Amino acid sequence: MNTPVETHGLTKRYGTAVAVDGLDISVQAGEVYGFLGPNGAGKTTTLRMLLGLVRPTTGTLRLLGREPGPRSLDRVGALIEGPAFYPYLSARTNLRVLADHAGVGRSRVDAVLETVSLTDRARDRYATYSLGMKQRLGLAAALLKEPELLILDEPTNGLDPAGMADMRGTIRQLAAEGCTVLLSSHLLVEVEQICHRVGVIDHGRLVAEATVAELRSGGVLRVVAHPVEQARIRLRALLGAALVRGEGDVLELDVDTGQAARINAELVGAGISVSELGWREPDLEQTFLALTGGVHDAD
Amino acid sequence: MLTNVRAELVKQARRPAIWLLLVIAVVLTITFGYVIPFVGLNGASGAPGSGRGLASMLPDAVVGSTLAGLPVFVGALALVFGVLVVGSEYGFETWKTVLAQRPSRETVHAAKLVTVAAGTLLGILALFASTAVASAVVASVKDQPMNWPGVPDLLIGASAGWLVTTMWAALGVLLAVWLRAVALPIGLGLVWLLAVQNLLSSVASPSLEWVAQVQKAMPGPNAGALAAALGAPSGTPGVGEIVGGGQGAAVVAGYLVVFGVVSGWLLRRRDIA
Repeated sequence: MNTPVETHGLTKRYGTAVAVDGLDISVQAGEVYGFLGPNGAGKTTTLRMLLGLVRPTTGTLRLLGREPGPRSLDRVGALIEGPAFYPYLSARTNLRVLADHAGVGRSRVDAVLETVSLTDRARDRYATYSLGMKQRLGLAAALLKEPELLILDEPTNGLDPAGMADMRGTIRQLAAEGCTVLLSSHLLVEVEQICHRVGVIDHGRLVAEATVAELRSGGVLRVVAHPVEQARIRLRALLGAALVRGEGDVLELDVDTGQAARINAELVGAGISVSELGWREPDLEQTFLALTGGVHDAD
Repeated sequence: MLTNVRAELVKQARRPAIWLLLVIAVVLTITFGYVIPFVGLNGASGAPGSGRGLASMLPDAVVGSTLAGLPVFVGALALVFGVLVVGSEYGFETWKTVLAQRPSRETVHAAKLVTVAAGTLLGILALFASTAVASAVVASVKDQPMNWPGVPDLLIGASAGWLVTTMWAALGVLLAVWLRAVALPIGLGLVWLLAVQNLLSSVASPSLEWVAQVQKAMPGPNAGALAAALGAPSGTPGVGEIVGGGQGAAVVAGYLVVFGVVSGWLLRRRDIA
């Protein structure tokens, strides 16, 4: 099976500004891939390049094994940078127009309206829609071609909590049905909830690509001991000063979980009372901030 | 391709602004071609076209009366139509929605040009129908014979009108793609068509020979020459026998091709931001 999304050295420059810088990403079939980054990191430019809206300066990309071009979009659905439709047309007519552009039968229109629960409002003009309904219509348009690959650019932007939950539920359902999803977001909680793997982009560069679990690995061992200064001296001697941090009664050790028993025995053996020894995983936000140098647009 | 044309036709046919343009074109054509000259017949004078005389309003002059508005206001409305067909995709930010559905930019561009041509054909037919009715009314009121032009003359007149309006609409398409907007292309297009073009022909051309020569290659004067050759009343703004009708048609067709090719080339090579 072809890799749904594959880029090598993908770069986009606007004059001297580099929007995307040598990006290598690979989205595997059937997964929900989170494309995470602060605003202005290059997420939307990357997605626009994938869809052929923006021409890469250098680098290559393939969608479902195909070079860029109309044929590469045969089984690709997309919602880029918010929904955009003809305001004077109804939702149904908008979708019929797009079905004609896509070369799919108009019979798909009612099916996708049903999928996004807009059948009851299908005859209303798009201009009268709420933001949540517009987003759902955007998703409906993305589903017209029964896509194998769905590219969604911040699909929950502007939605209320219920709308966000609905949208995430729909994405999960599509993924469960075998659709590969590439989802850009700056909402960490969204990525954490629905993505299998995450690529973190910052200043146009991919700074990490891993599963959510892998991104959250590398936690710290928290130690509460008395007397704490004696414990600090003992642990610095044992592990090295660089691995022992913390202030007050709590020490934080940058070690792996396998060393916990040994550390406990060392402290107890030295007559130091250990009242708490626990593992603390970092949350995705901390990892994100560390990877993106503290640029924080994430919720 | 056919489904893309159908999509474009639906977009334009359901848009009230497009029909408003058509209504305005009809109203202006009837107003300046029939109402004002008719009032002029009854003694009022001074208004543009008020001195044309009865002959220009009778059925056998219907081709010239229909084409008289092409070099100026009908051309301007055709330009606005072209801008709306393409520029609105920038205004509504719908290029990304359309192109993400798979069609190539070349296909969508071609579908838009076909739609523009269909729209201008409808417009010309509507103008001919309305001027035919108006001339029949004038002939009845003034007890004049109903001598209609022959079918070949009507076909040539309609074709010429279609050519000129499509050329102006194609300029609107080009301006919209170039400026990636709606308002600025309409503004600049109208300034050129209604102001600069008239200043060149009425002020610069009589005093500067090289401007007079350049005029012979410009789209407006050639459209005016084509209209004049087919019977548009002399003295109508923009209408003048600066070149022959054949050359006028050839130059207008040349501009139509150039505007279409350049707008397609620009759309193909530029990013959709």
